[in-house]
Amino acid sequence: MTDLTRLSAAELAETLTRREASSVEATRAHLDRIAAVDGDVHAFLHVSEDDALATAADVDARRAAGEELHPLAGVPIAVKDVVVTKGLPSTAGSKILEGWIPPYDATLVEKLRAAGLPILGKTNMDEFAMGSSTEHSAFGNTHNPWDLDRIPGGSGGGSAAAVAAFEAPLAIGTDTGGSIRQPGAVTGTVGVKPTYGGVSRYGLIAMASSLDQAGPVTRTVLDSALLHELIGGHDPRDSTSIPEPLPPLVEAARQGALGDLSGLKVGVVTQLQGEGYQPGVLARFHESLELLTKAGAEVVEVSCPSFDYALAAYYLIMPAEASSNLAKFDGMRFGLRVEPTDGPVTAERVMAATRGAGFGDEVKRRVVLGTYALSAGYYDAYYGSAQKVRTLIQRDFAAAFAQADVLVSPTAPTTAFKLGEKLDDPLAMYLNDVATIPANLAGVPGISVPNGLSDDGLPVGFQILAPAKADDRLYRVGAALESALESTWGAPLLSRAPELSPPGSPRFAAGTREDSETLG
Amino acid sequence: MTTTTPALVAYDDAVRRYDPVIGIEVHVELGTRTKMFCPAEQSFGAEPNTQTTPVSLGLPGALPVVNGTAVEYAIRIGLALNCQIAESCRFARKNYFYPDVPKNFQTSQYDEPIAFEGWLDVELEDGTVHRVEIERAHMEEDAGKNTHVGGSAGRIHGAEYSLVDYNRAGVPLVEIVTKPITGAGDRAPEVARAYVQALRDIFRVLDVSEARMERGNVRADVNLSLRATPESPLGTRTETKNVNSFRSVERAVRYEISRQAALLDAGETVIQETRHFHEEDGSTSPGRVKSDAEDYRYFPEPDLVPVAPSREWVEEIRATLPELPQARRRRLHDEWGFADAEMRDVVNAGALDLIEATVAAGATPAAARKWWMGELARRAKQDEVELADLAITPAQIGELQRLVDSGRINDKIARQVLDGVLAGEGDPEAVVVARGLEVVSDDGPLLEAIDAALAAQPDIVEKVRGGNQGPVGAIIGSVMKATRGQADAKRVRELVLERIG
Repeated sequence: MTDLTRLSAAELAETLTRREASSVEATRAHLDRIAAVDGDVHAFLHVSEDDALATAADVDARRAAGEELHPLAGVPIAVKDVVVTKGLPSTAGSKILEGWIPPYDATLVEKLRAAGLPILGKTNMDEFAMGSSTEHSAFGNTHNPWDLDRIPGGSGGGSAAAVAAFEAPLAIGTDTGGSIRQPGAVTGTVGVKPTYGGVSRYGLIAMASSLDQAGPVTRTVLDSALLHELIGGHDPRDSTSIPEPLPPLVEAARQGALGDLSGLKVGVVTQLQGEGYQPGVLARFHESLELLTKAGAEVVEVSCPSFDYALAAYYLIMPAEASSNLAKFDGMRFGLRVEPTDGPVTAERVMAATRGAGFGDEVKRRVVLGTYALSAGYYDAYYGSAQKVRTLIQRDFAAAFAQADVLVSPTAPTTAFKLGEKLDDPLAMYLNDVATIPANLAGVPGISVPNGLSDDGLPVGFQILAPAKADDRLYRVGAALESALESTWGAPLLSRAPELSPPGSPRFAAGTREDSETLG
Repeated sequence: MTTTTPALVAYDDAVRRYDPVIGIEVHVELGTRTKMFCPAEQSFGAEPNTQTTPVSLGLPGALPVVNGTAVEYAIRIGLALNCQIAESCRFARKNYFYPDVPKNFQTSQYDEPIAFEGWLDVELEDGTVHRVEIERAHMEEDAGKNTHVGGSAGRIHGAEYSLVDYNRAGVPLVEIVTKPITGAGDRAPEVARAYVQALRDIFRVLDVSEARMERGNVRADVNLSLRATPESPLGTRTETKNVNSFRSVERAVRYEISRQAALLDAGETVIQETRHFHEEDGSTSPGRVKSDAEDYRYFPEPDLVPVAPSREWVEEIRATLPELPQARRRRLHDEWGFADAEMRDVVNAGALDLIEATVAAGATPAAARKWWMGELARRAKQDEVELADLAITPAQIGELQRLVDSGRINDKIARQVLDGVLAGEGDPEAVVVARGLEVVSDDGPLLEAIDAALAAQPDIVEKVRGGNQGPVGAIIGSVMKATRGQADAKRVRELVLERIG
């Protein structure tokens, strides 16, 4: 029998539709895979086995009853722990939310549940999505399936690693400055940051409200399109949600896969290449450009001079918003509560003790940065100036999109670095997002498509950016590139990833539990 | 406190030597069905923490969405206060940590209010009109409510623990801020009171709030400063928070004038601070002194798109604004033809609505005023109740007046009918019948009584016949007594003179 974990989500969905396998079987297979490899990878913070199997059984029953189901019904999914899930822990990778069980579902989770996608569990991440390596999680590192000594990217390292390690065919990520795309690049997976407002933010534990966006993490471009269409669309509970319907994304992916990009203008952003980018990353980038040209696209060079200031502006706007968004974690209503050990137990002192104990260093660093940037007397110089840069970046995008239909760059300047390598150097860590941040500042959509291995044998990502509300272009170009690359390689990139649990090895990895143990 | 407060300066003396400048911030809770940013219902008196959603509890992941009706109400208020309405305006976050603020920031409008640059003409009791310039009216959300348990008088100091009720968290508020109100002189306390009262009346007419002061629907913060002369620069102000009745507004201003005058007389400086008002003695005292300067780190609320009311919508709201209290008073003044002083008395006595309804029930304005400002005002005063709370309706007064006009009862009997209605005996007609109070208009029984009276007092008959009509009153009195007052005195007089003549 086929290994159900090796199928793409689209393939698995068809298998289920044709009733060649049940959703329970598919879900079971992924839970087994998690049990087998997650002791090494540690992509999950919480596995919701019962919940997932119950959903799967329900879908199977409805399918048997002849009910018309969503195309992805029964296909299991992993959800980043920053997304609020009713009845399932949602810690955002922070001690301060340890033990909190949300009383409500994020809008996108409601959509997943309504469509019948079994939720396998919640994935690891940098605390409150602050980081590029998932090393800032309060609950341990996630390991890159390509090399367990390396980072899986961040903040959504758990979602990317889960998909790369075949623990889940689909995952939800969130992207504030690259947290979907950069992990996608370093794990050889596809990650999409939709247009700002394209997917509801209701129920995402906010880092920076004007930058956060949830999106798909998958192994193929088509899978991302399928998931994007499911979770996207207007939500009256999110004031910043786009009222118009999404463009047809799945159709764009299918059309793109046919490989014809005639008439398409691809803009290479001068500022997003060169110095700071690994030679192997640049080499794969130029090879991919050639493939696009072969597919009929015209490649032009575009300049976005304000992008040079994007990282600086981002590190003012993001912490400013985060400092305010994270104020609610104070031990008064939910989550961790720490009482001071000496002196009076006043509300103010409980808040201080809770925040002191509950937040990690990176979170504290950003709260302090943001509080400073918003302070009276500094606001204009810091937050105000950063907003002006943001406007300039938006203008650069507008000018560039007047010359090209999509803009492209390497997704991240380097391949996955070693765990611990940049932990003591925040600035080096921040530089990972240099190519992804401009899209968040402008609200435009972006995708990272795996486009090969660098000289070190680690995956590299190719970033495509489109104008706001033109997410369909990501899928058309992404699918065209993916199909061109795969015909060159003869197989998907992930087939070259090392086996995590060689056949014949013990089924259970260290640190996992016996299948006979059940909850409750 | 490092300084001792000098004795207060007598109010009259203070305003003779200093020019007071006031500034008032009024918060009004809007009477929308749901909260400012979420669909939690809001109503007074619900069980604690039952009117909440993830949004109003500030749970992780929750997002605000602006209540469109609250925006409409805010525009109504802005238009009623002759303000301009912003074409686009944003909310901001006011960041500060306090357990009754669930997100640890209040979502409020900061530098982009929905309404700005307005004015309101405020009428004092003697008819003097003072124009108050409005700086802005902006939207924001209320905080929850803390209850401190175990300390003295519910204060946080010494409390064992505190409870928070988030039912009020997120209730929509509009805050109306005046420009400095100058030129009121010794009438500053009256102007402050009249302004808040005028706003309360406007909120009610606009139907944007129940505007009940005692429930905290309307709360005022009163700023006051003194300067040597109207030409001097503004002095340092204090802000007395949460002054929650009209009378308290007036008292708070008076007290601060006397207190600040004493400080200035003593050569001390007024400290810019927030102060608490004390109902018991009308004094104010300093609020919590914060160790660090307030820095709310305002920035535009990124979770909300700007509110951009279309001009068409604003004009539609303007066109459907109800008649405002002052315009209505002017109209009724003209229609009723009362003297200025009469009209003021009516307004001050809270009789405007009653008289209008009585006129609608058929009475003439003069008759309606006579009842409400005369006999009924006396009774209300006697019973220490508001006029409107008397157990009689304008419709009943209308009916009573009809009985008088038709001659079925006279003015004196009407007072007995009033007694009956107030005693719960029913409508005036029913009281007249039940008590047998109808005027005796048949001359037969009257003549009998007159003859009896004439026969009993022959000496008076003699005097009258001799040309002295003075003592005739004694005969009339006897007749009225004999008929228990139910006779028409005018008719009795005619008949008596006829009999004697």
